[in-house]
Amino acid sequence: METLSNLAMGFSTALTLYTLILAIIGCFVGTIIGALPGLGPSNGVALLIPISFSMGLDAISALVLLTSVYYGAMYGGRISSILLNIPGDEPAMMTTLDGYPMARQGKAAEALVVSGVASFVGALLATIGLMIFAPYLARVAYQFGPAEYFALYMLAFCTLGGIGSSNQAKAAMAAAIGLGIAMIGMDKTTGMPRFTFGELHLMDGVDFLVAIVGLFAVAEVFFFIESHGKDSAIGVKLGKILVPWRMLRQTTGAMLRGTGIGFVAGVLPGAGASLGSFLAYMGEKSIAKDKATFGKGNPKGVAAPEAGNNAAAGGALVPMLTLGVPGSGTTAVLLALLLTLNITPGPLLFAERPEVVWSLIASLLVANVVLLLMNVPMVKIFVKILSVPAWVLLPGVTMIAFVGIYSLTGSSFDMLMMVGFGVLGYVMRKLNIPTVPVILGILLGNAMEDNLRRAMVLSNGDFWYLLSSPIAVGLWIAAILGFVAPIFLRRLLKKPPVPTHDPSLNED
Amino acid sequence: MIKGDRIFGSFMLVVALGYILSARGIETSFMSDPVGPRVFPYMVAGVVILCSLVMILRPDPDEEWPAGPMILQLGIALVALAAYAEAITPLGFLIPTAIVSGILSWQIGGNPTRSALTGLGLAVGLFVLFRVILGLGLRSLPAGWGF
Repeated sequence: METLSNLAMGFSTALTLYTLILAIIGCFVGTIIGALPGLGPSNGVALLIPISFSMGLDAISALVLLTSVYYGAMYGGRISSILLNIPGDEPAMMTTLDGYPMARQGKAAEALVVSGVASFVGALLATIGLMIFAPYLARVAYQFGPAEYFALYMLAFCTLGGIGSSNQAKAAMAAAIGLGIAMIGMDKTTGMPRFTFGELHLMDGVDFLVAIVGLFAVAEVFFFIESHGKDSAIGVKLGKILVPWRMLRQTTGAMLRGTGIGFVAGVLPGAGASLGSFLAYMGEKSIAKDKATFGKGNPKGVAAPEAGNNAAAGGALVPMLTLGVPGSGTTAVLLALLLTLNITPGPLLFAERPEVVWSLIASLLVANVVLLLMNVPMVKIFVKILSVPAWVLLPGVTMIAFVGIYSLTGSSFDMLMMVGFGVLGYVMRKLNIPTVPVILGILLGNAMEDNLRRAMVLSNGDFWYLLSSPIAVGLWIAAILGFVAPIFLRRLLKKPPVPTHDPSLNED
Repeated sequence: MIKGDRIFGSFMLVVALGYILSARGIETSFMSDPVGPRVFPYMVAGVVILCSLVMILRPDPDEEWPAGPMILQLGIALVALAAYAEAITPLGFLIPTAIVSGILSWQIGGNPTRSALTGLGLAVGLFVLFRVILGLGLRSLPAGWGF
């Protein structure tokens, strides 16, 4: 009952004509961002944070706009997966497995509708799950002291690195690079500068938005120059869109199972949407009677990962809002958004600023409905936009990145740093080093150090204090398991091969 | 056979040692906590050193790295982006944006005329979007050129 009255309050703040228009714009822009190859939800939200900030939107409006972009990008990722066999973002990878074969069989429209509805089901149920579980977890989080928070941050880094990467050393290296960058600037406890080398611009530290935009958006430009835009989308055709009711009925079970698996994967810190869609697909395949048709255009193979992907996106908000620990790259970017808006996630957020939490949840529900309405009948518009050539798109995105950072800080130094992060992101991706832990490290570094030092103040310098409570010990064990276990599980969880690209289809 | 992992690992090893050296110089004020401002940087540098050694000793198979002309192309892009960062304040938005997005467009698409038009179009289009529609504070042209 309490949940419902809270939700009503959320709707009363979030559901005005103005915010509704923002939600529609956000969903539209988000779907485009998700659909365009090379731009994912992380890029999209990261590019728009500085711009919405300079536009002077208030906290709630900015939240509505950017969460709509976030959910929209999750929806949009499937469009290029199905039509071009190019995932618009990493979580949409699994959708290519059956979506692209469906498109080749002339069932592109059906695949788009099924995946759109699956996205809706996954995201809607996950948002409801968020409403139920988040307040509960927030109450548990009250018992967390500095030792527990330190262990929790370790858990986030370990599982993110362990699951998300194929080489543990590289993931740990990425996290340490991020943490090392976070140390730059004035030390809060002593007021002394660290690693600034006398450069005044570095006194406030490295802005995480500069790092995010550089690592995600600017690095992409270098990749496109190298590939000469070969992966860009050209000439997509699509027939009439009809709603395939029978196919939807057949895939209902797959959607619900995918949602359940995806939500759980999303709640686990460090796992995120990619794992959610992967597990949902593998789970659906393992219980299906017609296993052989998976990978050859089975609609269930489209519905399950799409539901799982979007459910994980909702589930990942649970630890992000209640504990301040993001579970994936995109939620890390959303955490950056909250911090930019001066909202500190954590258990206190639910008690002290419930209007923020519940209007965020309300706007997620609104965005979902808008997206379903937008994505099923209007999918043709997005397909048209997909044919924007890379030589227009990428320069445009770069300029948007620059303008965003410029209007936020107005300094050439920050823009140069952004270009530097772009180079770093290019090199790291070439070496298969994940970039998300860097972002997470920059975002969480100061809080992590702060909690360590507070714990040491409480214990007078005794490092065993970090293992003094059962919660902390449990988190440390989970962290170590999350880091080590994937080494052994990797052989079992081999990703199925992406369907081979048939070039003759795109040459019209 | 050059291994990218080994080079990056060695580079990060040097960075981490420099980081430790720099951390030794952090001043502590008279009122500090038991840990102080140096310990956490030491721990981070320790992790980097450990990972660097793993990368040097057990490198993954190399990815395909760009060769001669492509490195030049990437260098041109890097210089253009850095120049843009320096130019936007004194020269305003329109001129640097047209030039730099034209260069990038040419590097990706390869057609000079088309790229020049793209650069011009993006400069004007984005200026209208940001300045007129979104109301961000951008200067269009160098100071003293009107507007």
